[in-house]
Amino acid sequence: MLDIKNLHVAVDGKEILKGLNLRVEAGQVHAIMGPNGSGKSTLSYVLAGRAGYDITEGSISYNGEDLGALPPEERAAKGVFLAMQYPVEIPGVTTMMFLKSALNAQRRSRGEAEMDAIGVLKTVRKKAAALNVSEEMLKRALNVGFSGGEKKRLEILQMALFEPKLAILDETDSGLDIDALRLVAEGVNSLRSPDRAMLVITHYQRLLDYIVPDRIHVLAKGRIVAEGGKELALELEAKGYEQIVKDAA
Amino acid sequence: MSSAALETKETVAGLGEKYKYGFVTDIEMERAPKGLSEDTVRYISAKKSEPDWMLEWRLGAFRRWLSMKEPTWARVHYPAIDYQDSYYYAAPKNTPKKQSLDEVDPKLLETYKKLGIPLHEQMALAGVAVDAVFDSVSVATTFKEKLNEAGVIFCPISEAIRDYPDLVKKYLGTVVPVTDNFFATLNSAVFSDGTFVYVPKGVRCPMELSTYFRINASETGQFERTLIVADEGAYVSYLEGCTAPKRDENQLHAAVVELVALDNAEIKYSTVQNWYPGDENGLGGIYNFVTKRGDCRGARSKISWTQVETGSAITWKYPSCILRGDESVGEFYSIAIANNYQQADTGTKMIHLGKNTRSRIISKGISAGKAQNTYRGLVSVYGKAENARNFTQCDSLLIGGACGAHTVPYIESRNPSARIEHEATTSKIAEDQLFYCLQRGIGQEEAVALIVNGFCKEVLQQLPMEFAVEAQKLVGISLEGSVG
Repeated sequence: MLDIKNLHVAVDGKEILKGLNLRVEAGQVHAIMGPNGSGKSTLSYVLAGRAGYDITEGSISYNGEDLGALPPEERAAKGVFLAMQYPVEIPGVTTMMFLKSALNAQRRSRGEAEMDAIGVLKTVRKKAAALNVSEEMLKRALNVGFSGGEKKRLEILQMALFEPKLAILDETDSGLDIDALRLVAEGVNSLRSPDRAMLVITHYQRLLDYIVPDRIHVLAKGRIVAEGGKELALELEAKGYEQIVKDAA
Repeated sequence: MSSAALETKETVAGLGEKYKYGFVTDIEMERAPKGLSEDTVRYISAKKSEPDWMLEWRLGAFRRWLSMKEPTWARVHYPAIDYQDSYYYAAPKNTPKKQSLDEVDPKLLETYKKLGIPLHEQMALAGVAVDAVFDSVSVATTFKEKLNEAGVIFCPISEAIRDYPDLVKKYLGTVVPVTDNFFATLNSAVFSDGTFVYVPKGVRCPMELSTYFRINASETGQFERTLIVADEGAYVSYLEGCTAPKRDENQLHAAVVELVALDNAEIKYSTVQNWYPGDENGLGGIYNFVTKRGDCRGARSKISWTQVETGSAITWKYPSCILRGDESVGEFYSIAIANNYQQADTGTKMIHLGKNTRSRIISKGISAGKAQNTYRGLVSVYGKAENARNFTQCDSLLIGGACGAHTVPYIESRNPSARIEHEATTSKIAEDQLFYCLQRGIGQEEAVALIVNGFCKEVLQQLPMEFAVEAQKLVGISLEGSVG
């Protein structure tokens, strides 16, 4: 589903990713781990198509399509979803209104009929209950005054609503206490499916106790320096990134 | 920028070219000779078959105007206006009194259809009485019977001058005096038509009243005069919508609106102003110099202004409230959007004269392109205005780096019991907000419209339902192409 070859990405002329290779098949969950500054967030942004993240070399193939050539909103319509580390606030726009706009924009882009307000409301309500997202939260302005846990739950709700093919979770565990983490992880696990790939980006092993990955890749200095099964996370936890990166060199 | 993004930008620039209402109706016009003199004033007055007192009133204003200077204090720049190089009166030919819409020139009706206000449909569906001003002469007045039953007078002001001279004489010029300011005085001399509303004691006007203004003839200034009087305990909601065709030359628009609310009366005045703003290089567009003022003359009266200003090359406009009656309330809710080379200098004045008077100002300014947007407001509390209260909130939103937002609040208090609060914020549409929307599949233009509508929400909520929908769309249209 996702095939990244020799990817080089520059931000403000500074190269952050330096020849990254990664393949993720449908139905799999891969984890990207790495120290601060290794390029984890850059990878998530370049996949989502954020302005200012320029591909200088290499390619990203998504279901056989050149992902880099698509504007971000088209990527979203084609099933690329990024659960953000810092979800942004949009004052005056209710969460429900935002969800409806986004859902229908994606549907329009795919040539599907738009859903009416009642249809959206029903769909959202069904999915919101499982994630403990209250009716009251849906009426508030998007992310305005939300706690860290509420913001992350809303990200997962959107993932459940848009049913992406490739879901990237950028540091979804950051800022969550253990109960919130469990709730979010349950939400993610319930979305695992044979036709969906997930890329879980995290600094800590903790999240991977709850979301157990098929593969783990260690990102350091802009490249994948080590990979393995789920047991690699424990090794990382024991030895620390420095040793693993040194071992790999 | 990626090629796809560039393509989007070009498409959007193409769309930006279109001003949705920029069409010209080809109807034979009758005009006064070009230029401004006592003869012009007499010509207009004669065309309207006005009584002598009205002609004298106009001539008095004209003589006064000759001695006045155009104000220069606003933060707007434009080449000098040649007042002798303009027509002051233009009316569709062959329009003596119409008994029904069937008699109205079909081309005119077609124009209304293009504007999205098919009169027949509006009469049937919306329950809105429309008094449509087409280049100075009212051609169709609807729903008269129903209003008659309630005793509400809603008619062209030219008609009111003939049919209700006592009411007009009693109130005309009492809120905005003939000598008030350069543009108001000019209007007093040459106003061609406008609207008169009188809601009698204790009557709640049974429907929203609405007038569409439209400038059609080229090089004709449009000088409307609106007078709305709500007698004791009366209520009226008035909607004003404006559009104008697209032309390369600038057109002057200098209207005067006077509102009078007596004891316990309430007037709600809503405007969606969408005059042609000029093209993306700043060519053409309407100069909008308007004086709007409401007088809360009676105790416990209330006047509420809501405006959505998206059009005009220049906007110079300060809908104000004189809080004369004790416990009277003044409100001003404003959205001003300036894109490309538009200049807006707008705000309000709240003059607290009576005891326990309250005022509330919510202003949302949005600037994009190379536009300059100024909020200019005065809150003045006089010595006898015990316990006056004001709350002001001024928020500015910037889109891109080449535009400007300015806030100029004047506060004067001569009573120590006054409580005046002022809050102001300036923000930018953040790149991360845009990216968040894009990532969720919402395209750039829609994302900007969504964020801006959120920013304006408090004001949009004040608009009557049918206007709120139109205004929301307008917000999106006027900012098309503002993010590159």
